[in-house]
Amino acid sequence: MSTLSTTPASLAHTASVRSHSLWALAWRRLRADRVAMLSLAVVVAFLIMLLLSATGVIAKHWNDDVGVNYAPPTLIGPDTEDDVAASQAAAAKDTTPIDYYGVTDPLAADMTAIHTELAKSSVEKTRVRQTTLPFGADKWGRDIIQKTIKGSETSITVGLVAALLSVILGTLLGAVSGYFGGWIDDALNWFYSIFTSIPYLLLILAVAAVLQQKGILSIVLILSLTGWTGTYRLIRAEYMKHKAREYVLAADAIGASHMRKMFVHIFPNVSHVALVQMSLMVVNFIKSEVILSFLGFGVPIGVVSWGSMLNEAKNELILGHWWQMMAASVAMAVLVTAFSLFTDALRDALDPKLKS
Amino acid sequence: MSDLDVMTPIVIPEDDSAQGEARLSRINDATGELHPLLRVQNLRVSFRSDKTTWVQTVKGVSFDIPYNTTVALVGESGSGKSVSSLAVMGLLPEQTSRIDAASVLEFEGKDLLAMSMHERRMMCGKDIAMIFQEPMTSLNPVFTVGTQIGEVLRIHMNMNAKQARERTLELLKEVGIPSPETKIDAYPSQMSGGQQQRVMIAMAIACEPKLLIADEPTTALDVTIQKQIVDLIEALRVKRRMSVLFITHDLALVGEIADQVVVMRHGVIREDGFADQVLHYPQDAYTQALLRCRPSLDSRPMRLPVISDFLNADGTAKPHDETQGIIRPPERTRGLTGDEKIILDVRNLSKSFYLRDGFFSKKEFKAVQDVSFKLAKGKTLGIVGESGSGKSTLGLTLMRLHQATAGQALFEGQDILAMSNQEFMAYKRRIQIIFQNPYASLNPRFTVGQILLEPMQLHGIGRNDERRTELAMQLLERVGLPTAAFYRYPHEFSGGQRQRIAIARCLTLQPEILICDESVSALDVSVQAQVLNLLQDLQDEFGLSYLFISHDLSVVKYIADQVLVMNHGVMVELANSDELYRHPQHPYTQKLLSAIPKGVH
Repeated sequence: MSTLSTTPASLAHTASVRSHSLWALAWRRLRADRVAMLSLAVVVAFLIMLLLSATGVIAKHWNDDVGVNYAPPTLIGPDTEDDVAASQAAAAKDTTPIDYYGVTDPLAADMTAIHTELAKSSVEKTRVRQTTLPFGADKWGRDIIQKTIKGSETSITVGLVAALLSVILGTLLGAVSGYFGGWIDDALNWFYSIFTSIPYLLLILAVAAVLQQKGILSIVLILSLTGWTGTYRLIRAEYMKHKAREYVLAADAIGASHMRKMFVHIFPNVSHVALVQMSLMVVNFIKSEVILSFLGFGVPIGVVSWGSMLNEAKNELILGHWWQMMAASVAMAVLVTAFSLFTDALRDALDPKLKS
Repeated sequence: MSDLDVMTPIVIPEDDSAQGEARLSRINDATGELHPLLRVQNLRVSFRSDKTTWVQTVKGVSFDIPYNTTVALVGESGSGKSVSSLAVMGLLPEQTSRIDAASVLEFEGKDLLAMSMHERRMMCGKDIAMIFQEPMTSLNPVFTVGTQIGEVLRIHMNMNAKQARERTLELLKEVGIPSPETKIDAYPSQMSGGQQQRVMIAMAIACEPKLLIADEPTTALDVTIQKQIVDLIEALRVKRRMSVLFITHDLALVGEIADQVVVMRHGVIREDGFADQVLHYPQDAYTQALLRCRPSLDSRPMRLPVISDFLNADGTAKPHDETQGIIRPPERTRGLTGDEKIILDVRNLSKSFYLRDGFFSKKEFKAVQDVSFKLAKGKTLGIVGESGSGKSTLGLTLMRLHQATAGQALFEGQDILAMSNQEFMAYKRRIQIIFQNPYASLNPRFTVGQILLEPMQLHGIGRNDERRTELAMQLLERVGLPTAAFYRYPHEFSGGQRQRIAIARCLTLQPEILICDESVSALDVSVQAQVLNLLQDLQDEFGLSYLFISHDLSVVKYIADQVLVMNHGVMVELANSDELYRHPQHPYTQKLLSAIPKGVH
């Protein structure tokens, strides 16, 4: 074989090596899996929705009170007359004149001006406010669908980013701990034990107190800094098991460095643990955001999230207004189910031993 | 084979002469026909490979097990021998396997396949018992052995706890466990592998079964223990008048225990008959090939015959004149004369492990003690010993996968054990290791290409990846694999092919010393011959020096120039291999050599 004649051939080889990489093969296997593709489509749809809402293309006017208070979904029809009458009576009560005992109100002229001004706009608004909306309205008459879309921004970002961060943190610490063992493992284990011995809420409060600001970023940090422990433990156990395997010894024998053995050789073989952890964590963190919001460490008042929607739904349910809870739960359930199905399929696709 | 039950003359077990009659078949009460203990007729088993397709792994197997007889089922992996035995026990996975409707399994004339699950279960353990290959994993680690044997007695014999314990003690005594009164309360982990297998046997014979199925019962055990277990099974069979179905891949072992032999390949019976006849006058080409490709103690051919020398790809025999040259190949001479160049000089190597014992103290376990040897260039040093002898630790310590406790290993005058990691990096290229288990030593997430390119990338061999790919392709061809293997994952290959990949990975670094740590032990006999031939070819071609670590004395005899015998971490004997096998000096070496099964020779 002369060098010249083999060059194109070997070029072709390298090309096909690349196309046969683990990821390309995984993608091919994923594509063959109908459930995986469907769940991927759902997840992608949610992400697109998130992007559109964040850039203001949709759900920009979610804060407008387009319906009456607690306007029910269109399918159910408008509220019964009693409620309308009651609300009209309440409105009438506001206009009852007050006895000023002969003193002229110095602000009367201004107030009238303001009232007429307000009346003009509120007339406009009351004209627009509808008795039913496609999926109902909340306490202030905001459209639930728009609210849910807007709420996905916070919830998905918090869920995905915090889960990703905490899995990365847990994996790194677990890998180092399990792979090196010895005093590093001891030290990290002590740290882990101390960390888990502190009650969860107290820990969250402590981190929140240190961060000292509200907003999505601090929720993400709070959740990921407190959520790495489970992943750490699992990944550590996997690394302890794998580091003595012959393929790792073989990698050692050919002179692979520690980092290479840890992340190029062992990690792909334990990645399923991290992926499963990740999908569980996304669900958990979306729920945790509710608790944080409830405690006052969550999103600021002007921001909506699925968590805060569920929080409001608590009181509404007693009044029989179920739609807000329904919308938030359905959105969450669909995303979470699609996400776990997808990570499951991804795990299988990344394992070359399983046949598709 | 179907007419075995009426076959005459009958092999009468010696012990039975007192009884005067050895009835190998009995008359069925209902039909008045003669029937054997177990009749397997046209057994077909299929496994589900994916949602719609079923693959037949046992393709119409028929054999009988007469009363009071040991029948050996011999074959390589994938021959369907274990599947057949699991079908008899009713242990096949229900969801993923099925037995063809035309198959017949009769135990004492009763149709096993027509029985309900409950009836089958009552029969398992009572009339038919089974012992498995791995005693370590077949016993539950969290119960004492007494509890586990007692459980069988309580379920099948309706004994109470006290009776069961008494009976368990008797059984432990019967299978030769030393001081059974204390061992009955021991946990499996507190026993050696041989003792665990004895416990398994005790459990299996607890209900006095009529048929004992032994699925590779000695494969995981050392050669001296293997002999004891085989003798025990035979003694129990004679004493209890049961039959044994002995499943194994080892033909030499078959000669020691079996009355009748069934040779299987690819789910089909190739040959069956009485042991003497099958082993000494094999009719089938596959049986002949199997007998030839195992290295023997009394000859050392230049090249070991392999299955493909005897069989065509479709399983038919090759014409007689083609195989003649293979049956009597030229012999190879081995041994050192004393003027060879020494490549590796190991002096007083020791390796200790420290176990935590109490809060402050540590217990020292000496895995390797004071071992010294010289490895000659282009030659092979065999290291033999039983499990726990420290032979693998020795290999790993020389590769610096374990840190040596004391001693030196001089490679060109440099002590590779005292070097820093950076200095040793240059030597890593020159000393490489092939592990035992080809399934575990290749990263399942890497393609063969990645596996072969990685060492070259790490050591900067080849200008760029194109050149390295080219080298890798050449090496794949050299070890006898198609170049298309480059793009595949390890799980797509068989054990032998994987071991070739592992060898190719070592060769990418162009090493001078290759440590083979039980490198052929996990392989089938025929594949073992191919890999041994490959290793020999590579030595002839590149002048490689091998440290060949194995528990298999015949293989070491075949491949090694010099043999080092180890026991409990200590070097027992070191001599040229012919010399050592002919005149073993040390009693331990003599014991080892006498334990080798010689059924065939």
